[in-house]
Amino acid sequence: MAEKVSIRIPTPLRGHVGGAASVELAGATVGEVLRELTQRHEKLHGRLFDEQGQLNRFVNVFLNDEDIRFLQGLDTQLKDGDGVKLVPAIAGGSAGTPTGEGGGPCRQ
Amino acid sequence: MSFVRGLTCKECGTAYPVTPRMICDECFGPVEVSYDYAAMRGVVTRERIESGPRSLWRYRDLLPIEGEPRAGLRSGYTPLVRAERLGRELGVRELYLKDDSANYPTFSYKDRVVAVAVTRAIEFGFDTVGCASTGNLAHAVAAHAAAAGLSAVIFIPHDLEAGKVVATLVFGPRLVKVRGNYDDVNRLCTEIADEYGWAIVNVNLRPYYTEGAKTHGFEIAEQLGWRLPKHTVVPVAGGTILPKVWKAYREFIDLGLVADDGPRIHAAQAKGCNPVARAIESGADTFQPQKPNTIAKSIAIGNPADGPYAIRVVRDSGGFAASASDGEILDAVERLARSEGIFTEPAGGTTLACAIQLIESGRIPRDEPVCVSITGNGLKTIEAQQGRLPEVPVIEARLEAFAAIAAPPKTAAPAGSG
Repeated sequence: MAEKVSIRIPTPLRGHVGGAASVELAGATVGEVLRELTQRHEKLHGRLFDEQGQLNRFVNVFLNDEDIRFLQGLDTQLKDGDGVKLVPAIAGGSAGTPTGEGGGPCRQ
Repeated sequence: MSFVRGLTCKECGTAYPVTPRMICDECFGPVEVSYDYAAMRGVVTRERIESGPRSLWRYRDLLPIEGEPRAGLRSGYTPLVRAERLGRELGVRELYLKDDSANYPTFSYKDRVVAVAVTRAIEFGFDTVGCASTGNLAHAVAAHAAAAGLSAVIFIPHDLEAGKVVATLVFGPRLVKVRGNYDDVNRLCTEIADEYGWAIVNVNLRPYYTEGAKTHGFEIAEQLGWRLPKHTVVPVAGGTILPKVWKAYREFIDLGLVADDGPRIHAAQAKGCNPVARAIESGADTFQPQKPNTIAKSIAIGNPADGPYAIRVVRDSGGFAASASDGEILDAVERLARSEGIFTEPAGGTTLACAIQLIESGRIPRDEPVCVSITGNGLKTIEAQQGRLPEVPVIEARLEAFAAIAAPPKTAAPAGSG
């Protein structure tokens, strides 16, 4: 359980969190802090998650600058001081399953 | 006069005015330029296009600018080469090469997208343009910005080919090497576009920038005598050009400029970075990102922004995909050079190698017209061919020195030649 993780909010979403560029939260996994974030700021929920609770495919999530699809997706564990970034997928890609199932990253 | 109506979200259809914008506020999906096609009908004709400049701006009615073109006035309208010798070798009756290695002024397809993006940046009032690039875009942004009198800020992966770095630096941009691959650079640029007031052409000007790629497809259709090739093989990096070639074909069909004979678009990727080809081959709708490792650095994008659309277009058009190994890529570069006299970069070798695979597997029948998109120039990536070409002999400037290494002359010299 990380007590303090910062989540960077991209401009298009800042209006939904009172204009903040980043928000600090606690949680054990990336999924946990993102769900906490959407509980505090309800309008974010429909933008970050789809009806099945999966990440919106147009939002990429990075933990300390690594795409979480190369880690354990929303189940990736957090430690104190970690930085989570929400980045519009225009920077690349729309994911398959956020956990990386179905092939997974390929390092050749 | 402009036929641009505004921006529309490709996913949820929300409409936005013409501003620098990359994504939809509602669903985060990408936005695309929308046009008044009804007003174009009967106005945008073959004759009108043929009377335009010999550049990509002959298609300006179908490009997202408001006033006069401000950049790339001589870009585009590159050769469409009928590849007779290579076609014979492959047993293909009608093989064409759309040769953007001869694009002006920076020898890649990127002159097209940057011509449109820089014009739009000026219209929006930006004084600085930038990009995240695997090299060709860096080169194009630096050159077009210099010619337009704009400042340029360019971000590239730290390990690019020397030719691309020099060819960019010479124009005097602010160039930054980022430790990491293109996907790292692109993520950083998305954050930079968020913080700084710059026109990052492939981020916050992306809807305008990508439209420029259509001109590659428009030219294929016009230069083929106002018809479409049955098969077009297009490389996939960020996934921009492939869906835009398709869009170009569809627009020409819808405007009645060409007949619809069911053109198919095929995707080409390197084996060391093939998220889109893998998704197509496995029947998946989405791709899994990869960490690229290929000699084709200009198309080494493991997390392609428009990948989902490339997958969709290939599937909807009835096309397929192939992936080429580094060896196959370099073989294809040399084969193209030796059969057609065109020196392309590894990305072009990838496309040709994949086209050959698709022909040999029967996905592309040998009796149907095929066009292969050659998108970049080999002079920028000379490292790639290192160790593959023969040692060059050095001799004294004496006839005997040459005679010692030459095969005996086959025929006597023509009379009176000496």
